[in-house]
Amino acid sequence: MSILIDKKTRVVVQGITGGEGTFHTQRMQEYGTKVVAGMTPGRGGTTHLGVPIFNTVAEAVEKAGANAAAIFVPPFFAADAIMEAADAGVNVIVCITEGIPTFDMIRVKAYLKDKPVSLIGPNTPGIISPGKCKIGIMPGHIHTPGTIGIISRSGTLTYEAVQQVSKVGFGQSTALGIGGDPIVGLKYIDLLKLFKKDKGTEAVILIGEIGGTAEEEAAEYIKKEFPKPVVSFIAGQTAPPGRRMGHAGAIISGGKGTAKEKMEALEAAGVFVAKSPAEMGLKVKEALAKA
Amino acid sequence: MKIHEYQAKKILSQYGVQIPRGEVAETPAKVREIAEKIGGRVVLKAQIHAGGRGKGGGIKLAANPDEAERLSRQMIGMTLVTHQTGPEGKKVKTLLVEEALDIAKELYIGIVIDRANESPVVMASTEGGVEIEKVAAEHPDLIFKEWVNPSAGFQGFQARKLAFKLGLSGETHKQAIKFISSLYKAFQASDASLAEINPLLVTKQGNVLALDAKMNFDDNAVPRHPDIQAMRDLDEEEPLEVEASKYNLNYIKLDGNVGCMVNGAGLAMATMDIIKYSGGMPANFLDVGGGVTEEAVTNAFKILVADKNVEAALVNIFGGIVRCDMIASGIVKAAREIGTKIPIVVRLEGTNVDLGKKILEESGLAFTSAQTMKEAAEKVVALVKG
Repeated sequence: MSILIDKKTRVVVQGITGGEGTFHTQRMQEYGTKVVAGMTPGRGGTTHLGVPIFNTVAEAVEKAGANAAAIFVPPFFAADAIMEAADAGVNVIVCITEGIPTFDMIRVKAYLKDKPVSLIGPNTPGIISPGKCKIGIMPGHIHTPGTIGIISRSGTLTYEAVQQVSKVGFGQSTALGIGGDPIVGLKYIDLLKLFKKDKGTEAVILIGEIGGTAEEEAAEYIKKEFPKPVVSFIAGQTAPPGRRMGHAGAIISGGKGTAKEKMEALEAAGVFVAKSPAEMGLKVKEALAKA
Repeated sequence: MKIHEYQAKKILSQYGVQIPRGEVAETPAKVREIAEKIGGRVVLKAQIHAGGRGKGGGIKLAANPDEAERLSRQMIGMTLVTHQTGPEGKKVKTLLVEEALDIAKELYIGIVIDRANESPVVMASTEGGVEIEKVAAEHPDLIFKEWVNPSAGFQGFQARKLAFKLGLSGETHKQAIKFISSLYKAFQASDASLAEINPLLVTKQGNVLALDAKMNFDDNAVPRHPDIQAMRDLDEEEPLEVEASKYNLNYIKLDGNVGCMVNGAGLAMATMDIIKYSGGMPANFLDVGGGVTEEAVTNAFKILVADKNVEAALVNIFGGIVRCDMIASGIVKAAREIGTKIPIVVRLEGTNVDLGKKILEESGLAFTSAQTMKEAAEKVVALVKG
């Protein structure tokens, strides 16, 4: 089992004819993802990588039956692309683009408020349900189908977790990055709710990092309503305050958003918190043994 | 991105925020000229990015142009040390010369993005002139907040509410409303991440002005504001960080002695953490990014070892889209070019890992290889301690 995407997912790639869009569409196709359409304004009626191109996302939905969108457009155009996909009626939008201005995302979130759509990202490696569907830029081959859900704010650190999980003998139900920006679509709690309902997920790894209070909010939810074992690692225990650590959202400001606060909140919620990033896999084993 | 006080005041005044009369100077002669123009008492304010300038001797009151010129001779060129500059301090190049005002009240106004509520929040407090974090900790009831509806924008009633909460009335209340509304306009129009007026001054005559001003900007949005981008002051930044930014590398210098180079921000932070966990101290954060090239790896490596405190380096790469063989070639090339003597521990994982390891082995250079993050961190820490 999996959450959000599976074998029935039909993807339209926005920005498919660009360099990044082309490269990653090919990788998605190789993985077996059903890429049913591409969207580049003005290129409608042509084909690219064997995929029909449309001028609008609405057409891709109507004519090719797309129900998910992958966005590979430059940062200043990405907010518009997200809103177009939401307006066209896809169920899931995965926005890979890094560098979208915060005010643009504030507008996007207000626009999405009453729409039945799940936004993943921006600034995310994407989402993968191993063996079924991959929408994003992660290396497909390191993943194996299994029962561990992974939610993260990062890319390569998620791959590290995926590999550790595989080494201790488990696979992943669905692994995804929620994005490294201050304002993102789905947050930890939205995804924990989906993993709670997913019969194919036995435990969840929640990979957090400094900045904001999303991990603390997740801890509150886990304490009250999440019955499955949760393992966590928080990156940035040694990060200095006031500096943006690569991700736009990874910054301790006004003394808030430290790794220590987050780890304490998660521990108080009964989460198995790994102090070292090398212990994520082992903690999963430990958590499942105790469950 | 950060800017200087005088630059923030310039932006704010364009949106109708009231600021004291003043100009910037880089020489004592110019200071005198400005002081004469203003007439009467003036305040000299050292323009550095760090806060806490007053306590460090970076803000001085002069009774007349003579005194202003004399004081400025001591201030221009001085190394100003505050709690935010670190012990090495910052060299003062520029002074802001402003009219001195009669202070009746010092208040606080600040705007930030509230990540949890996904909207800007305008904050006001009667406790101006002190650090707002301190007020938030000790008297949270004295900070008043108005969240901005992203669709409708900041409303007049919200500005009125805040001005009343600040205990203002009459003409002063009216001025405060205009001040707060103008400040919000400037915040939104310039894609700021912070606009802070501390203190917000009420003069004995009842006028409302920004005595100090601080603005930070959303780095992602700066490219669409060329006027703000031009305000970047490279002298305020760590030279190695400036060098790294030329190659689109995310590098932040820290105080430890174990250098690290990693792909991905999350993994880079985690690598710093595991160095500390294993008993060492990271010398830097360095994310070479997802779409890294061999050339970027070479440059990253040069920056990493240019830090004199670095005694050993850890390279931690999880190849996904990035191929380990390409990273390995970049490291070998850099190590040959620089001829570095420090020990280097390399942990490669993921796409083309075997090819990458082979390139390192066949290079004839003394790399220490490691299979896992844990092993890599332990080895590099042992090398530093040994």
